[in-house]
Amino acid sequence: MSEKRKGALGLPADTPLERFLNGIVVENPTTVLVLGMCPTLAVTTCAINGLSMGLATTFVLALSNLVISLLRKVIPDTVRIPAFIVVIASFVTLVDLLMQAFVPSLYEALGVYIPLIVVNCIIFGRAESYASKHGAVPALFDGLGMGLGFTCSITIIGLVRELIGAGTAFNIQLLGEGTIVPGPVGAFLGMYTPVSIFVLQAGAFLVLGTLMATMNRINRKRAEKGKDVSKYKSGGCMNVDMEIPSKDKKEDKKEDKKEDKKEVSAKEDGKDDKAEDKKEEKEEDDE
Amino acid sequence: MSEFRNVSSNPHVRSGSTTTNIMLWVIIGLCFPAAFGVFNFGLYALVLILLAIASTVATEFIYEKLMHKPNTIGDLSAVVTGLLLGINLPSTAPFWLPIIGGIFGILVVKMLFGGLGQNFMNPALGARCFLVISFPRLMTNFVTDTYTGATPLAALKAGEEVDVMKMIEGFTGGVIGETSMIAIVIGACVLIMAGIIDLRIPGSYIVSFGIFVILFGGRGWNPAYLSAQLAGGGLMLGAFFMATDYVTSPITNVGKYIYGIILGLLTGIFRIFGSGAEGVSYAIIIGNLLVPLIERWTLPRAFGIPKKSRKEVKA
Repeated sequence: MSEKRKGALGLPADTPLERFLNGIVVENPTTVLVLGMCPTLAVTTCAINGLSMGLATTFVLALSNLVISLLRKVIPDTVRIPAFIVVIASFVTLVDLLMQAFVPSLYEALGVYIPLIVVNCIIFGRAESYASKHGAVPALFDGLGMGLGFTCSITIIGLVRELIGAGTAFNIQLLGEGTIVPGPVGAFLGMYTPVSIFVLQAGAFLVLGTLMATMNRINRKRAEKGKDVSKYKSGGCMNVDMEIPSKDKKEDKKEDKKEDKKEVSAKEDGKDDKAEDKKEEKEEDDE
Repeated sequence: MSEFRNVSSNPHVRSGSTTTNIMLWVIIGLCFPAAFGVFNFGLYALVLILLAIASTVATEFIYEKLMHKPNTIGDLSAVVTGLLLGINLPSTAPFWLPIIGGIFGILVVKMLFGGLGQNFMNPALGARCFLVISFPRLMTNFVTDTYTGATPLAALKAGEEVDVMKMIEGFTGGVIGETSMIAIVIGACVLIMAGIIDLRIPGSYIVSFGIFVILFGGRGWNPAYLSAQLAGGGLMLGAFFMATDYVTSPITNVGKYIYGIILGLLTGIFRIFGSGAEGVSYAIIIGNLLVPLIERWTLPRAFGIPKKSRKEVKA
């Protein structure tokens, strides 16, 4: 292992940029970690819904990561989950009320899924496995990266479903009757018949599966090129490192608390730490 | 190596049946309803069927080319899927409907799960349900020049009287291959005599459906109503040609009866209590999904293994 631990994409670990890109590409919560499936499948009937859901989640994720990271030495280990919930729920309430006040139509469309951000396992997963163990700045960027990764994925899913299922993109009619494209091209596009299964639940699974397959392929290609061999051999939940957590987990944590924000201790236990992270996230997902 | 030492492991006595052979027989059997459909609905029906076949075969060919897999279009299973899909379309369908259905059936339902033998549901029915959900208006448009009324089943559901003789002969509206009970039964007899299918699944399916109709149909023992229910819609086609698909039906004999009864019950529930008039395709698809469970349940005890250790054998 080198002196400075390598993170995602060969960047130094736990720097803001590395965390940011890690969330969007390497550990994309939707396509690689397979977390937060409930909103992913439920609200992505159109691109606007996906985008706004993603941004709301990003807001909560980044700020709760930041606050939890700042409070990580104050929160006792035994009650950390309730403490995380309080922090996350406060931000969700904030988003809930703000959206109700300023974008009521969107609030109506997303319905119960806005308050349900509280139990989104991406947020819990990051709080538990990253923010509670790392400094404030990397945690903030980890939250931003994860949130934007989630936003990108569900916006793409929403866009594809909307385009195939209704012929629109961000509520603009592109395909099918009433297309805004003029001339012969428009006449051609106007012949399109929307495949309405794609705005139904089955379509969400079809699009999600395709997107995950694509991302797995990209990540595998990159791993083969040797650009990123930090964690994933080929991406996807099949390849999650199921190493048994090291016995000195507790000691590790204590050490962590004593340490400065620099996280130099991670140098030695870096790999085990990561394996643990993955395992915890997996469990979170199973729940 | 000398002739003497060239001994393979068992089985040493083989029947001549191969996938290609079986599929060929199924195609021959399906030709009867398909031919009647073309006769009944005109040449455009033939175009639809051929497009569906072309689409399924081409999809399988291109997928295997792209994935560098051995080419399996020679086993004719894609042709059977295409033919089944084709005769499951209304004769008014636009030309692109069989093409999209064929691509979906082969690519998503069959190839992505590993090809023939691995598909968890009948590809043709998967494609049909995909089309019905996606294009409900196009897939239920049975109004042609010859038949302007509702399909017999829809009329039956609405409480009207139907001409049972016409339904058995097949001169009614509906999807291309389902209308003629006579043609389907002739095709099925060919398959049964060739030993391709047996009566376990279709028999238990039709009988359990009939009992369900008598019990819950609301008309009691009414032969006209019962025979209209049996002859109408896709029941016969589904029972003989789709429910008996080797890949998606149980292999144990007891399992086949259970499977048939489940299909009969589901079809009855969909037809009598459901909002639509027809439910054969959904019933068979749901039945397909239950097949692994049924097989697990009815796995026979291996010779010499005591009863108690059955669970270990299964595991």
